[in-house]
Amino acid sequence: MDITFKNVSYIYQQNTPFAHRAIDNISFHIPSGTFVAIIGHTGSGKSTLLQHLNGLVRPSEGEVKIGDFLLSHEHKPKNLMELRSRVGVVFQYPEHQLFEETVAKDIAFGPENFGVEQAEIEQRIKEIVPAVGLSEALLARSPFELSGGQMRRAAIAGVLAVKPEILVLDEPTAGLDPRGQKEIMDMFYDLHQQQKLTTVLVTHSMEDAVKYADHVIILNKGTKYMEGKPEEVFIQQEALNQVQLDMPEMIQFMQAFQARFGTEIPFMRQTVEDLAVQIQEALKGVDVHE
Amino acid sequence: MREALVEFRNVSFRYGEDQPWVLKQVSFTIYKNEWIAIIGHNGSGKSTIAKLMNGLLFPQEGTILINNVPVNEETIWDIRKEVGMVFQNPDNQFVGTTVQDDVAFGMENRGIPREEMVKRIDETLTAVGMESYRLTEPHRLSGGQKQRVAIASVLAISPELLILDEATAMLDPKGRMEIMQTVSNVRERLQLTLLTITHDLQEVVQAERVIVMNEGEKWKEASPREIFAEKKELQRIGLDVPFIATLAEELKQQGMPITNEPLNHEELLEDLWTLHSKM
Repeated sequence: MDITFKNVSYIYQQNTPFAHRAIDNISFHIPSGTFVAIIGHTGSGKSTLLQHLNGLVRPSEGEVKIGDFLLSHEHKPKNLMELRSRVGVVFQYPEHQLFEETVAKDIAFGPENFGVEQAEIEQRIKEIVPAVGLSEALLARSPFELSGGQMRRAAIAGVLAVKPEILVLDEPTAGLDPRGQKEIMDMFYDLHQQQKLTTVLVTHSMEDAVKYADHVIILNKGTKYMEGKPEEVFIQQEALNQVQLDMPEMIQFMQAFQARFGTEIPFMRQTVEDLAVQIQEALKGVDVHE
Repeated sequence: MREALVEFRNVSFRYGEDQPWVLKQVSFTIYKNEWIAIIGHNGSGKSTIAKLMNGLLFPQEGTILINNVPVNEETIWDIRKEVGMVFQNPDNQFVGTTVQDDVAFGMENRGIPREEMVKRIDETLTAVGMESYRLTEPHRLSGGQKQRVAIASVLAISPELLILDEATAMLDPKGRMEIMQTVSNVRERLQLTLLTITHDLQEVVQAERVIVMNEGEKWKEASPREIFAEKKELQRIGLDVPFIATLAEELKQQGMPITNEPLNHEELLEDLWTLHSKM
């Protein structure tokens, strides 16, 4: 499903002295199948923006289109339930929302609420549990006996069990150790490709954005500050520094390399291995014997 | 000769008799005025170490000494004056209704005279760059600002050891930078031993020494440079390696003889320059 924002603003406590414009006149279009990263500091409007994606809030001004669902101040879709079954949201620290007696029941809760039949739910659990890196032996356990990383995976399985077409991830790796972070992000990336999902990743990590996303949107104080391909957006050092963001470390190094040796290595989202080869090649052409 | 501040001697800990050991025979020494980092995967025992240091937990086996005093039920109240901790979640650590009340809270509990409290509130809020927020309500602060106040509240007790237990994990990059700058400033102004428990590689690189924990055991204890030289092994136990160390490794694979284990951009560029001049 395509995601389109057209001049969207959202105002908290509208028509009161406390009115606060959390997002301000934001427009963008995300074609179906895109992996998009939304980046911005605390208070930039990221969380408000993503609450529009499954109709938790509707715009105060402008309109949001998710596939055929239209959300605006005047228009509330009749079939919000259906929208929510097609847009899965993994909120921050999703393990805080675990509540059932067993992991299996917790994963089944979402699809049951959307009226999926029991046999189908069991089938889905069988597929999803290995995909999120949990062992089937854990299904009968209480979710509260799991480790932090396992709880996170169980909560994510619950969202995936609804089989959404759009997956919204709000800092899904916060608080995990480096290996856990990489495993979870690789898992989302595999799912994104295999199931042809549209994925919206809200993150602070420029490194994750450059590694996984094919489109980035940078928010600042409720407005859209920059938008484009990672290889176009992330090389703009001054613009990023203006909003206290840094370029991904690889690009920082490549620019420092150019400053020192006078040879440019263009950023093409290459691997570290490829970069090492390019550095060696580049150095052959540099003459330091003046 | 360096003076020991914290000593762990063969410390083992588990949460219950039928539970697995969280720490197994762990020994190390932290010296006065050094900056030491503890890293390790989730569940490796890092945070348990911090909680043992100020008597939030007690080990089943082994001894912990702070300034040569064993940590036990009788000594914890004195030891907690020496060991201050800042935890991960900025929202769980506020007790005061304003910033200055919060900083005063710990001092009130220790019966510090009013004139001294006023002076220390000034000093510590200035040290963390929050002096203009004295009367602000905590919920109006950003995560980074809250953690800075939490650090000020701990510093007001003038501990010898400040422990930051993943204190930047829930902050955005800007908040993290604020905290690390604050910590560097504070260390310039005050005599302080610093222990950071973290996954953030930038924090690790800044420390003088690193203890790596793996499955409840001390895996290695060395300088950041020596630690990050063992990239394959670190990755095997679930840890990350700085980008520059990874790139240096790849360059070596290409046959470039980089020998200095660079940890930052300047060091690697310098190595490349030197190598290239000889080619």
